[in-house]
Formats: sequence, C-alpha cells, structure tokens
Amino acid sequence: MMGLGNLTGRVLILHLAVVALLFALQFLLPAYHHGIMARILVLAVFAMGYNLLFGYTGLLSLGHAMFFSAGLYGAGLTVYHLDWGVPAAFAAGLASGLVLSTVVGFLALRTTGVAFLIVTMMFGQVAYLFTLYFGDWTRGEEGLTLSQAARQLGPLDLTDPTTRYFAALVLFTVVLFVTLALVRAPFGRVLIAIRENEERTRMLGYDTFRNKLGATIGSGVICAASGAAYVLLFGYFGSSFAAVQYSILPLLWVLVGGAATTLGPLLGTVLMFYLVDLSNDLLNSRFPDWDVSYLGIVGVALVLLILFFPKGLLGSVRDRWVRWLP
Amino acid sequence: MADKRTSLLLPKKQGLTRRGALKGLGAAAGIMAAPGFVRYAQAQSSEPIRIGFQAHRTGIGAAYGRWYERVTTAAAAAINDAGGINGRPLEIVTEDDGTDPKRGAEVVEKFANQHKTDVVFGTLFSHVVVGSAPAAGELKIPYYVVSEGYHVASGNLNRYVFQPGITDVKAQVRAVGPWIADNLGKKITLVFPDYAFGHDHRDKFPEKYEAAGGKVVGLVPIPPTETSFTRYLPQIPSETEVIYHVMVGPGVLTFVKELGEFYGSSGPKLFGFLDSLEAVDIASPGLEFLEGSHFWEAMPRYLQPDASDAVKAYRAAVGVDDNGASVNDPKDVSTASHMFGCWETLHIIKHAMEAADYQGPADRAKLVEATEALTSFAAGAAHPQGDKVFNAKIHQSFGHQHISQVSGGKLNVVHTTSIEDGMYEAEADYTTMSL
Repeated sequence: MMGLGNLTGRVLILHLAVVALLFALQFLLPAYHHGIMARILVLAVFAMGYNLLFGYTGLLSLGHAMFFSAGLYGAGLTVYHLDWGVPAAFAAGLASGLVLSTVVGFLALRTTGVAFLIVTMMFGQVAYLFTLYFGDWTRGEEGLTLSQAARQLGPLDLTDPTTRYFAALVLFTVVLFVTLALVRAPFGRVLIAIRENEERTRMLGYDTFRNKLGATIGSGVICAASGAAYVLLFGYFGSSFAAVQYSILPLLWVLVGGAATTLGPLLGTVLMFYLVDLSNDLLNSRFPDWDVSYLGIVGVALVLLILFFPKGLLGSVRDRWVRWLP
Repeated sequence: MADKRTSLLLPKKQGLTRRGALKGLGAAAGIMAAPGFVRYAQAQSSEPIRIGFQAHRTGIGAAYGRWYERVTTAAAAAINDAGGINGRPLEIVTEDDGTDPKRGAEVVEKFANQHKTDVVFGTLFSHVVVGSAPAAGELKIPYYVVSEGYHVASGNLNRYVFQPGITDVKAQVRAVGPWIADNLGKKITLVFPDYAFGHDHRDKFPEKYEAAGGKVVGLVPIPPTETSFTRYLPQIPSETEVIYHVMVGPGVLTFVKELGEFYGSSGPKLFGFLDSLEAVDIASPGLEFLEGSHFWEAMPRYLQPDASDAVKAYRAAVGVDDNGASVNDPKDVSTASHMFGCWETLHIIKHAMEAADYQGPADRAKLVEATEALTSFAAGAAHPQGDKVFNAKIHQSFGHQHISQVSGGKLNVVHTTSIEDGMYEAEADYTTMSL
C-alpha cells in the first residue's frame, strides 16, 4: 500500500494540472467555447456543492435549486434594488445560502431516505413559489437583468469575456480545493462513514446529525456561491433557476461525472452541456427534416452512459483503473 | 438563386469600350490580388445575410415556436423572392433555446461567436428575452424580439434589444379598456395568474378603463400552481358586470368550463385575451361557454370578410386556412395573434439594413441607429397586421388591436382600435445609451 504522502502528492498534482489546463484553455478556446466554459465553470461549482451532500454524505436532495437561487437572488436583488457593489452582493448571496441551508438542514435532516428527498423537494418548491409571489421585487418568471455598469469589481469589468473567465476560474479553483480539503479531512471521512452506515457511525460516537447539518450547510453555501457568481457574471436572474429542473440538473451532472469524486462534477457539467449543444448541431446539419428533439439524443446517450459507467465516468474509472482518485 | 443574385448586382449597361473594359479588368485583377480582398469581395456580393433565429422548439413555448418557425421560413422566402436584402439573400440559422432563459443566453452567444450571424431574432417568451438580453448587449449584436411583453418598452434591457414588429401588453390593455367600458359594462373583475404576466394586466389595464367611466370592482389572482379554479370564483363580487380573464397554459380550458358551470347561462359578460387560446380550437369541447363572449386579438385568426389582399397573401404564404389552422392539418391551429410579428420583424430588419447600407457585423452599430431612425410602417405586404408607429426611445412599435366576438365557434372582429388608443408616454430612452 502506498503512503498517504505519496497519494496526496499525486492528488495535488492532478488537481493543479486540471486548473492549469483550464487556465490554458483561456488562450486556446474559440470565442463561443470560451464564453460557454465560463458558464460551465460556475455551474460546476453548483454541481460540486451538490456532490458534497449527495456523493459524499449519501443524502439525495431534490431541492438544491433553492440554494443556488438563494445566492442568485441574494446577490441579484441587492445589486438591483440597493445598488450594492459586487463584493457586498456576493457576500449577501453567500449569507442567504448560509441562512437557508441552516434552516432547511435543521428541519429536513429530521427525515431520512425517500422522506428527505420529498421534504427537500417541497422546500425547493416553496422557494420557487416565493420568487413568483414576490413578483413586485423579483419580476417572477420574467426575471430581471443587471446592467453592465453594475457588474464592475473595482477596475475589473465582469462583463468582459477574459475577466469573466478568470473570475469563474478563481471561484472554481477555490471551491475545488476547499471540497478536496473537506473530503480528505476527518470531517469528510465521517461524512463517508455516514453514507456507508449511519448507525455504525453513531455507535462509534459521532454526532451524525451535526455532521450531516455541517454537510448541508457546506453544500448550500457552495451552491449559493455559484448562484451569486452566475448573476454577477452573466447579469440575469429569474424564477426558472429556482424551478425543480435546476434541482435535477446538478444531480444529473454529478451522476454523469461520478458521484463522490472531486472532479466528477466538472466533467459531468462539461459533458452534459456539449451533449445538448452538439445534439442540436447534429440535428440541424444532418437531419433538418427529422421531427426529433435534441432531448431524444441526450436521453439515449445518458442511458448508454449509465449502462457502461454505472458509477459515472470518474467513479467507474476509479473502480476499474485509478484507485487513488479522490 | 445564385443567378438571381448575380443579375441583381450587375451594373446597369452603359457604353462599354474595349479600352475601358481592359482598364477595368486590369484594375480588378490588381485589387483582387491584394491580400484579404477575396473574403471582402465575397462579403460584399454573395454571402447571405445570416439571421440567427432563437426558436422555442422544445419546452413550454413549443406550440408557439412551431408557428414562429413556419412564418419565419415563409417571410425569408418572400424576402428572397423579392431580391433579398441589399441584393444579398437571407439565410435563417435556427437554434432551439428550449424556452429556457439560461439556454437562450447561450444561444445568443452561439449566434454571435460561432455562427457569426448578423442579428438575432424571433424570441417570444418573455423570460427567454430578458435572460438573453444581457448577452446580446455585451456582444453588441442587435436582438429583434417578437415577444409582446412590456420588458423592452420598460427600458430595463439595453440598446441592442428591439421589438418593432409586435405591440406590447401595456398598449394592448390600454387600447381595449375604453371599448369594454362603453360596450360590455362599467364594473369589471380581473381574474389573472398571480405572477409577472398577470400583474402586467392587473397594473396596466385600469387607467384607461377607469378614465372611460369604468371601475375595477374585484381582483382575483390565481396562484401559479392551481389546476382547479372553482374555489376562487366566489371571490368575484356580485355587482360585477364584466369578467376580464387572462390565463396561460392548459389551465384555461378548465377555467372556462368551471366559470360556465358556476354562472350557468346568466353570468357577467366575459372579456379575455386570446393568449390563453392560441393554438387551441375555439370549437373544442368545454369551450361552448365562450359563445357570445369577447376576446382581444392582435391579428384575426379567422379570415374576415373585409380582409385586404396583403392579409390574404400573408395567410397563403404561411399556410393557414380560413379558420386559422394549417392548410395541411385543420387540427393544427395557428398562433395568429403573435406569429405575424415574425413576418413583420424580418421585413423591418430588411428595411433597416438597407437604410444602413449594412455590409456585415462591423456595421451592427449602424444598424441599431438605422432601426432607431424608423418612425412608422405602412400597412401592406410587409405589414399585413396593419400600420404601426415606432417609438425609437423605447424600441417599441404601436399598432391596431382587434376585439372579436365568439359566434358559432368562430371569432368575428367587431371593433378595431386606433393606434393612438394604445399609445403611452415613453418611460425610458435607449437612444441615450452608448453603443
């Protein structure tokens, strides 16, 4: 068996290499993919937040759109109505996520299994309806935009493609290393133990409720960071981001990339985006007369993926070939 | 097509001498040998004008999207048959946005950065428009929407977003208010979905209706997740003379049926917005309660006896029969009150591009200014819905509205408003924003 130091070295090098690659892509990607990659990096943060609770702790939530939206609205509304600057608005987004995930975690964690899924879904639905109900401030499903002038960070213009890409990369890198540290720390080990056998973990003397609450809050704040970054970088917030679809998407990204892998969320988000984008291109260029939606192609691809990579891409890679993958 | 384009671009025949021809050939050869000329020459002469069509092929807007696509294809064919834009053919590049604002913004980026389209066009659902607008503004690509929302006129978007081919909800509700007060009743209750779309009706309808002597006696907001409406109907005050209803989605069929069952044959008069029943057959089971009631229509679904030749030509080109359904399938009912906007907007893009002598993406700012220089559109082949006045400050057109009565399962126009009936003071000025 290899030593822990050796493992840590490999893991660090892998993660630094991924960040370096993403940095290099900034100079290599054509304009369209460059812009899209900035969006993907921000949404991968959402998936990483989801992965902390679902992949590592084993808690299946269908309400995570509310945490993303807490950040989205926390930052968006303070800029739109109160003229807050970018740092204060980002902090407001994080604070909204912190408060909401604490409250929801405290209540929803009284349940387990399917009940937890349903309770989180209900909370998510309540959050969605809140965004509609307070339409006088949020403009509900239509949503609001933030002007370019409001999206300046000191001398940095967050609407500039290069600045935006770097801002997204910085957020992604910070969250990637925070989650890596979290899941390799004793706290992360306890979360994995809870996922594998909660009763046994409790018998060993761990307060599983507190640890699960910690995971929910961590997950909620990371998702809120993604939401806050999304509105500040791309300038739009509306109710559709709080709808159940945006609770299912991070689950899908994590499942495709590999649950309980640190890099799986990024891989899943990239793959899902390009699956949709390229399916559209394929239908437009090769089969323009087919009355088939891109969703048909995406569905078939996902079924094949789950058949051959049941633990997601990186999960299956770890099982079969690279055992040290975190 | 290539022959037609070429012939359009040939200079008029003038006295041609051998010496002149040789000089011309020499000069042309010299210029063409210069680096970078080939592409420029092609851009000048034969490259099509590329219109990025942001289509709702999937998602909640698919029924509208299908018809928007048909009308857009027909309009592009009509424009190409008439010589294209500045002699260049029009090419429609379509991307599905899934009726999703996030995807909508990505699609705008794809049009600007990958497809390199000249403009983006054709979006209907307001959340997709608002979600896509920041991307259009940042990429400085003109974005011509066909959405009907007040979001463009509100001044909340940016200088690159236009809505020149369809009127907005604020103008529509203001235009019909006085007619309702004069003809249907002075005491009205508004039943509307309790979110932004419904709130626009709630907030913008009363002013002109009350100025004409009417009074809003009740407001009945319906929560967005509601599927049955019976328990809300007792909230309608008994003094109500007119019920104004605007619902969206499949709930409208249930709503109308339950309203009919609640009142029987002696209820208040009904006035509705056809948005609820676009792509739905008025003769559907359960809708018989609508007989005799009135609807707003932007463009009549059923061919009217006094229809102009332009209207008939437009209907033939987009493939709708006299009942407003597809000529290939009588059950495939059109979205007549919205889709004409695609036809008119494409013609306005042509008009503005020709005014700006638009050559390519470098001229996008010129195109914005040329669009802002437009003031009115005359009724005719390019504008079958009717003449319009364009307010450059708010990038919004104003036009006629129709009020139709359901009779024998069909909609017959009983009143057409003037353009002035719907006009309002601009609350913003996009022209002062930087390009």
